[in-house]
Amino acid sequence: MKNKFLLTFIIFFAIFSFFIFLKALNNSNVYIADNIFKENLVNFKSQELFSTKEILSEEIFKDSEFYILNIWASWCAPCRKEHPILMKLSQNSQVKMIGLNYKDNFDSARNFIYKFGNPYSNIMTDKDGVISIGLGAYGVPETFIIDKNKKIIKKFIGPLSKKNLDQIILLVK
Amino acid sequence: MLASQIGYYSLVLGLFFSIFIISISIKNFNNNQIIDNRIFSLSFLQLLFVLISFIGLIISFINSDFSNVTVFNNSHTTKPLFYKISGTWGNHEGSLLLWLLVLTIFIFLFLVKSKKQPKKYRILTLLFQQIIIIGFFLFVLKTSNPFNYLFPIPSEGLGLNPILQDPILAIHPPILYLGYVGSSIIFSSSLAAVVLKYVSKEWAKHIKIWILIAWIFLTIGILLGSIWAYYELGWGGFWFWDPVENVSLMPWLCLTALLHCILVLEKKLILTSWVIILSISTFTLSMSGTFLVRSGILNSVHTFANDSERGIFILIFLFILIFISLIIFFFFHNEQKKIQSKINLFSKETAIIFNNWFMMYFLSVVLIGTVYPIFLDVLTGVKISVGPPFYHKLIIPFLIPFLIIMSIGPNLSWIKTNLKKINISLIFFFIISLVISFVILKKNNQSTLINTVLLFASLYLFFVTVRDFFNKNFKSYSQKIGHFGFSLLILSIFFNSLFSSEIIINLKVGEIYAFEKGIIKFKKVETFNIKNYKSIVGHFEIEDDKKNLIELKPEVRIYNQPVTITSEADIKTTLFSDKFLVMNVVKDHDFFNVRYQSKAFMIWIWISTLLLAVGGIFSLIRRLNEK
Repeated sequence: MKNKFLLTFIIFFAIFSFFIFLKALNNSNVYIADNIFKENLVNFKSQELFSTKEILSEEIFKDSEFYILNIWASWCAPCRKEHPILMKLSQNSQVKMIGLNYKDNFDSARNFIYKFGNPYSNIMTDKDGVISIGLGAYGVPETFIIDKNKKIIKKFIGPLSKKNLDQIILLVK
Repeated sequence: MLASQIGYYSLVLGLFFSIFIISISIKNFNNNQIIDNRIFSLSFLQLLFVLISFIGLIISFINSDFSNVTVFNNSHTTKPLFYKISGTWGNHEGSLLLWLLVLTIFIFLFLVKSKKQPKKYRILTLLFQQIIIIGFFLFVLKTSNPFNYLFPIPSEGLGLNPILQDPILAIHPPILYLGYVGSSIIFSSSLAAVVLKYVSKEWAKHIKIWILIAWIFLTIGILLGSIWAYYELGWGGFWFWDPVENVSLMPWLCLTALLHCILVLEKKLILTSWVIILSISTFTLSMSGTFLVRSGILNSVHTFANDSERGIFILIFLFILIFISLIIFFFFHNEQKKIQSKINLFSKETAIIFNNWFMMYFLSVVLIGTVYPIFLDVLTGVKISVGPPFYHKLIIPFLIPFLIIMSIGPNLSWIKTNLKKINISLIFFFIISLVISFVILKKNNQSTLINTVLLFASLYLFFVTVRDFFNKNFKSYSQKIGHFGFSLLILSIFFNSLFSSEIIINLKVGEIYAFEKGIIKFKKVETFNIKNYKSIVGHFEIEDDKKNLIELKPEVRIYNQPVTITSEADIKTTLFSDKFLVMNVVKDHDFFNVRYQSKAFMIWIWISTLLLAVGGIFSLIRRLNEK
């Protein structure tokens, strides 16, 4: 009798912990670093993927209400997963989408874009990953929402989900 | 390319062997009196195929075959051969393949080494172990395939994170895994023993070897991780209560408790339920650790990838194992009540039980400190971080009775001790340690009550174990070395926190700074231009209070585009203290910010932990020779 009660209790607690961890798992994927809010976008200079011209970031981050900076790579499987969402986002005229190609090979990056479509208005390259470190990125993919004052207003770590898409659309209205 | 493909297909074949083994084992379970020989050959073949797969991955790494995604992400042609090879398990996919390899090696060894055990018990252990192996096979193949193909083939890889290019870190994960996986054998065999009602003295004797193996590897694995954090991360400490460190400490505490309880079970056939619970929880904690680290719930240097699919897989697998073990434990296990004898207060087993409760308390503290923030975040959205003060406040006071019981316990006999026989020296050492600790602390103006009592307790254990070395009883040498190591560990940690000093100053080149414990002379700086960073090396000369001169050369690296600055500390190790110096550039000023630390008895922390492991190894050797 006593054992049965104990068993029920432990099983109940195990199920409870299971759901907590499950929830935590979904939470941890997209979390916003609080301190990044006030930070401004750092300026950088890099080669553009298609033209291979050296461009300053100031030349790209202008004349738009909002910018979305997406760090991606052709070798990164989650990037492939989030690509349709980026394509959808690019239909929004309020935002200018900028890609930052992370530690990639030019040819495979171009092939990736030919194959899956180009959501970006500009693609910058970050061959050794130094620009991404400067932006405070943790890895690929990562997405920054930047306002017209070049302030980073939101940051998504990991692939964007449909839910994030709605969040972003609400944010840039 | 070929190596990768062979690796992939032999991995898939390995999974099929699991299914064969399970079906043959089930047939064999009730039929014959002897174990079907096919089980041995199949287990061996499974091991062989996983080994081929692992070697395939190593070859891909050595050849820098960038058509393999894992190699591309984690290797580089210019990397030294040693780091190419260690890169094989320095990433998520490869390290899981290593897990699988160790799992198959261990179950094969178990089958070979358990010939004296009943057939049904061996087969059932194999079955439980195969469930775990299948889980890992599916995990590797489905979510973390190390042989994914990349096209077009890149000409160069992305390289291994420089922080992970360290000889200690190259062997830290495999050793830790040997410990974790060793605990899986304990898990399977204890479940098998419960189902077959085989929890007996013979079982205890046989499983103790596996407990020792797991414990030794876990101890050394944690030690290596700690050494790496000290030298490479340059935080100037050895234990930070980082969640990822805690996650390896929890199974260790559980296993240490088990190691002692199994002795009681072997001698007196009591505590059977408790031993089973500990066996199950050790492995569950190891698995939870893997889950917490790999899922990205905890963010730290150890996190490989934030992929929630992987996390969900381990989570479900972990809870399936928990449910299986819960059901088996509640429906099959019944405590043998008849043999249950009275426990005398002054006996070895009482001491072991008492300290078991203390260890469970330490475990709960660590568990709560690690997991509670996750629960709180999910339930209320509040983010808290639990730091060292929490652990120190809750653990240190309880170390005192723990240490005293540890010193007296081994001197008691099993079952009942004749109090008159207790050696007078025990009381003598009691007074001596009290006096010494009081004198030391008074001299250094640190004599708070808790400090005095803690130092007294660890000194007491120290003296008692030293005295025990002179007893003729060779049988318990392993215990003496282990306990001596532990007392030394607590003493060195204590002196380390007491006598370490730190000075933070701003210095210009050529300046001299004198403080109460010595003089720091900033002699010169040299700058070098290296590939993608500028290196500034400072030359410092330090004269300590005993007039010893040491030269330290910390480095500052300024990476260009965008400007990132990192500091590399310089550490000089001696027998009594480590000198640790790090400098930082201060913007728009011509001086440097210099942090100089003298860390007392640092090396003794490593030595004493090693002694703990040596104690375990002694015991293991003795047990293996007994057979």
